[in-house]
Amino acid sequence: MDDFFSGFAELFAQYDVLAAFWVNIQLTFWAALLSLVLGTVLALMRISPIASLQWAGTAYVTIFRNTPLTIILTFMYLVVFSQLGITLTDDLNSTFFWFAVIGLSVYHAAFVCEAIRSGVNTVPVGQAEAARAIGLSFLPAARLVILPQAFRGAIAPLGNTLIALLKNSTVAVAASVATETSSLMRTMIEFRPDLMVAIFLLFAVGYVILVIPIGLGTTWLSQRLAVKR
Amino acid sequence: MSASVLFDAQGPRGRALSVAGNIAAAVAIVAGLGWVAVALYDKGQFESTLWENAVSAEAWQYYYLPGLQNTLRSAAFATVGAVLFGLVLGVGRLAHNRVVRWVSGVVVEFFRAVPVLLMMIFFYMFFSAQAQWIADRPFAAVVLALVLYNGSVIAELVRAGVGNLPKGQGEAGLAIGLTPSQTLRSIQLPQALVAMLPAMVSQLVVVLKDSALGQIILYSELLRSAQILSSKEQNPLQTLAVVAVVFIVINWMLTTVAHRLAKLLSGRTAGSTAEGPGIGNPTIVPGGPVGGGAGPGAGAGAAV
Amino acid sequence: MRKHTMGLLAMAAASTLALSACGGGEVGEPTGGDDTAAGGGDTIRIGIKYDQPGLGLQEGDTFTGFDTDVARYVADKLGYSEDQIEFVETISANRETALQNGDVDMIFATYSINDDRKELIDFAGPYFVAGQDLLVAADNTDITGPETLEGKKLCSVTGSTSAENIKTQYSEGVQLVERGGYAECATALASGAVDAVTTDDIILAGLAATEENAGKFKVVGAPFSEERYGVGLPKGSDQCEDINAAITEMIEDGTWDELVAANTEGADYTPNADLNPPTPDACA
Repeated sequence: MDDFFSGFAELFAQYDVLAAFWVNIQLTFWAALLSLVLGTVLALMRISPIASLQWAGTAYVTIFRNTPLTIILTFMYLVVFSQLGITLTDDLNSTFFWFAVIGLSVYHAAFVCEAIRSGVNTVPVGQAEAARAIGLSFLPAARLVILPQAFRGAIAPLGNTLIALLKNSTVAVAASVATETSSLMRTMIEFRPDLMVAIFLLFAVGYVILVIPIGLGTTWLSQRLAVKR
Repeated sequence: MSASVLFDAQGPRGRALSVAGNIAAAVAIVAGLGWVAVALYDKGQFESTLWENAVSAEAWQYYYLPGLQNTLRSAAFATVGAVLFGLVLGVGRLAHNRVVRWVSGVVVEFFRAVPVLLMMIFFYMFFSAQAQWIADRPFAAVVLALVLYNGSVIAELVRAGVGNLPKGQGEAGLAIGLTPSQTLRSIQLPQALVAMLPAMVSQLVVVLKDSALGQIILYSELLRSAQILSSKEQNPLQTLAVVAVVFIVINWMLTTVAHRLAKLLSGRTAGSTAEGPGIGNPTIVPGGPVGGGAGPGAGAGAAV
Repeated sequence: MRKHTMGLLAMAAASTLALSACGGGEVGEPTGGDDTAAGGGDTIRIGIKYDQPGLGLQEGDTFTGFDTDVARYVADKLGYSEDQIEFVETISANRETALQNGDVDMIFATYSINDDRKELIDFAGPYFVAGQDLLVAADNTDITGPETLEGKKLCSVTGSTSAENIKTQYSEGVQLVERGGYAECATALASGAVDAVTTDDIILAGLAATEENAGKFKVVGAPFSEERYGVGLPKGSDQCEDINAAITEMIEDGTWDELVAANTEGADYTPNADLNPPTPDACA
């Protein structure tokens, strides 16, 4: 048992587990913001009056939600970095970080869009009819009447997408982000194979601690903010 | 709903605006894609040999098809395992015994929270060190990680499916003298499973997509075999594009099946059918549709 | 309703059976037999890399490269004809396990002899001495060795320590990119997104010699480590002497030179002449 604890002390001295989690949290935070914006725009496109916008929104969702995230993130490296030669900063690490954020956002925006659309589906038809009756055209009706209610109805699925995003941030390793948790776990296990199970549990529990509050929080919010009908 | 209540049919001015907007947007998109294409062309990525080698008969025969076979094999094993695991845990969460309920709950919440990639890497390293009798360790790691995660999701689907049934179904079972567990087994579960079938098909998309993570532990699935092909032909971008198309086509077909199934089955159960979002954990949202624009996901009643 | 549940369960069970019956596709393995007992059976299972051009590469249903050619030569001397050889993919992380398990009988896969590994397995050879080096664009003149990488972008393969070594020992300001395969490094090098690729010189030469890369890259030619490629054998194997004899014969009859030249053709590469061709170590 002493061996176990001294082994862990050594591991913690050598590797910064919290820093790795912090990378995943940052990836999640920025990708959540970006994908929320992009996903809302896509949802608006899909319920908009203009056929070509509907078509474009549908095409986007169909393509991106059916592509493995690994492929999207590898494309960020192979196309955007290798071929287009775009480097966002002088520092490669932060360049890859932002590429991963963009790749994660592009993928999860498709699911945010679907979550918001499911929220729109919770809005009774009467609300839309009322908005039209008082003379609001599409955008004002969407902005003032439909979306505020839709977001409330979409909190639970949005929360699920956020949880998925947090877990998927480990795939950032495919976009050359080498400082996140899955890479660190691998390195630590290679360093101390005898503590393998404990190392895995450490990371797993870390994710449980991050995920459960999101789940509880969104459930609480969705009940509290639910539109009483 | 095809004609949305959110807007009127457009008049002449609206139509003209739409056309102008469409043209502007199309020009912008074409310009963007064109810029990417020119940049790729400059770097020689459109050289015909790179693409020919990525779609040649040899590439399909020796790389993509064996890889795809492995992808489908891991997905198939993972799906069957996840359904069994999910049924057991789902029933466990509905059990009368408090300990069983609690244990099932902890297991489900744990495996839903841990990233699949972490599980794959761990199981792979664990098997390599401790379970060397397993012949195909990457395969075992991929399948086990997928079973644990997707099984937990399915367990929740089962629970939600039973919870969404009208109360009368369970009461009716008890009224005719069945025990609670008999009621669950012969009245509630069958209907819940039918209601959840579309969501399970959607979950298959998740399984397929996540099986591509197997590349990171070098399981010889589609993405990995494309990587080997690209070592030979030095065309990683082109082979990845081919693999992406294969995945999109298969998953798009599955999503369409889930969508059809949801419509087909909605009359077969007292619960509401849900399709599942193809990511994370499906939730069931009741309510009537407002927006227009049909497509996968715009399901009958409750589509997430 | 009861029937219904049972039906679903039966379906699940039936599909499990069907699945286990159909088995799996093995990428690039034309001889699908698994009826071979390890060691001295009718066939010999040899572990190689599948994704390293010039060393061990899957080309359709055959395998090419220096490692596979040496393996064929040695196997021939041990009394196995070409069609008795079954090549199996052994990735770097799995090589010791594969030998300990008897998954393979021997390994020719850019396998450096070192003391840690010797505790777990035996080595015959070495049959080649490589050294860590740099691959740069053919017209590059400012990168001449690991010290000249300050501020440059350097690509290597995930899990290899070679890039870390450069950062800690030579150029602190080097920026590292890690990818899953060398092809992904090579395209970035070709387009100028990274400045150099690092790993053993003969692997770099093999990469530069592929058809698509011909003429684009050059190996800097200043190796700064010594990697002695050996033949991995299970601990306590009695084949070490025979393999060493075969390697010595291969070097003496000129086959070794031919194989090196043939597999790095077009890369303007000659192995470090001070260390090559090597003399096999005495067997343990």
